[in-house]
Amino acid sequence: MPGGGAAVLVDRLSFFYALNGNRVEALKEVSFSIEGGGIYALIGPSGCGKSTLLYILAGLLPPRGGRVLINGERPLPGRRATSLILQEYGLLPWKTVWDNVVLGLVIRRLPAGEIRRKGEKVLKEMGLWELRRRYPAELSGGQRQRVAIARSLATEPDLLLMDEPFSSLDALTREALQDVLQNILQSGGLTVLLVTHNIEEAAFLGRRVIVLTPHPGSVYQIFENPRACSPGYRKSAEFFRLCTELRNALEFAQIRAQDANAGCG
Amino acid sequence: MQQAKKPGTIKNLIYYKLTPVLTLFAVWYLLATGLNNPALPPPGKALLTFFEQIPADLGRHFLISSWRVLASIFISLFAGVPLGLWLGTEERFDRFFAPLIYLTYPIPKIVFLPVVMILLGLGDPSKIFLITLVVFFQILVTTRDAARSVSQAMILSVVSLGAKKLDIYRHVIWPAVLPDVFTALRIGSGTAIAVLFFAESFASSDGLGYYLMDAWSRYAYLEMFAGIIAMSLLGYLLYVCLDGLDRKACPWKGL
Ligand SMILES: Nc1ncnc2c1ncn2[C@@H]1O[C@H](COP(=O)(O)OP(=O)(O)OP(=O)(O)O)[C@@H](O)[C@H]1O
Ligand SMILES: [Mg+2]
Repeated sequence: MPGGGAAVLVDRLSFFYALNGNRVEALKEVSFSIEGGGIYALIGPSGCGKSTLLYILAGLLPPRGGRVLINGERPLPGRRATSLILQEYGLLPWKTVWDNVVLGLVIRRLPAGEIRRKGEKVLKEMGLWELRRRYPAELSGGQRQRVAIARSLATEPDLLLMDEPFSSLDALTREALQDVLQNILQSGGLTVLLVTHNIEEAAFLGRRVIVLTPHPGSVYQIFENPRACSPGYRKSAEFFRLCTELRNALEFAQIRAQDANAGCG
Repeated sequence: MQQAKKPGTIKNLIYYKLTPVLTLFAVWYLLATGLNNPALPPPGKALLTFFEQIPADLGRHFLISSWRVLASIFISLFAGVPLGLWLGTEERFDRFFAPLIYLTYPIPKIVFLPVVMILLGLGDPSKIFLITLVVFFQILVTTRDAARSVSQAMILSVVSLGAKKLDIYRHVIWPAVLPDVFTALRIGSGTAIAVLFFAESFASSDGLGYYLMDAWSRYAYLEMFAGIIAMSLLGYLLYVCLDGLDRKACPWKGL
């Protein structure tokens, strides 16, 4: 469902953390682009800098080298049209489902009537209306994740950054949520950048799958996946072939990184 | 499990509020009859004296002391919480203030009573100031530590929604520290009454501390125990109020 949705350009992006006076390199000259609309998957081993990359795209961290452009502009924290869903969901335990979901609207100082209307709409779409008075502690993991998605959608973003949103869920809940995500995309106007280390998830959802090398992350290989999200794809030979290719790419990237390290030492 | 949390029903009121009090009186009664000494009168007599003394003078002393404790708690709260939030979130300032706090925190503040009395006189201000000095530090340190430990992920997720500094305080840090503020208040109200007793028993002519010391000096043990009951009552009422407020303000707690 192309058209609409933010276009993202990541151009030789580098980032390091300063830790006790040392540099911890997290990203090294990462480049890729996203034309906009649909789901793009970012996959790589633990610690390769996937979360860091999302923080930079959300404007929470500044690039240390290279540049990042969203619709041609540098990201700022609270760019109105970017939404970020963190690895640990980031729901506020002291707010009910309703208050969590409308938080972005409240912070943006929208008029009360509009907050009510938009909150109601997104809660009903996500099947959370009945749960709106509960606290996060009173929800299952899958429900909590739906709340996190609802909160991100309430502000009507054109770019949704998701950090391993389904990693702690069982297979069926995960697939149900993947369907929810697909449905949201039907309406168009939204780009999703999905970080995962689940190969099947990347292969099923990502119209383009970007494979990162181990720490410090750089782009190892990019796979085009035109049939992503189509019905029956999950059970097709093409899907399994892509899964195998992704697995191989991840393994080769790992080996190459080990060789590089051995060469240094 | 769930029932224990529901306040207000008569059964719960009897079970959770009355039974402990009755148990305490029973122990007291056994001790008093065993000891059989005027220095520990039985609870029945002490209670009777308590009710007799309330209209006589005890009521007035009770109100005076309550006012001093409440005023101190409020001042400590309004000074300690904002400062604690600020130090807990602004590391630069905390690094400067932390040594100051740790240097002054352990000083038993009651040693300042003579100085405070010289500066503020013998009336309410000096007593309120002294109690505030003690309770303030407890609230400050608790709030600061709680604010420090707010998860960074939570803050980031709200920043990504466009939150400015004030939004973060309002939606994240303040509610995150609220349960700890209540804990500090509960501990602080006990300390406040202990300090109150000291402040009022020293060059003073009113308040429960004075009432107790005066009764003691006259060997009026019944009156002394009436005063003790009044003091416990003050602590208990504070505790019940704080518990109720806590439940109202933090309904998500313990879920
Ligand atoms: N605040 C920090 N200070 C120092 N180093 C950090 C910090 N945050 C992350 N790092 C380091 O940067 C690298 C990238 O971290 P990041 O969290 O982006 O990885 P990730 O790909 O998201 O990993 P995972 O799949 O486990 O979530 C890691 O090596 C990590 O140790
Ligand atoms: Mg991560």
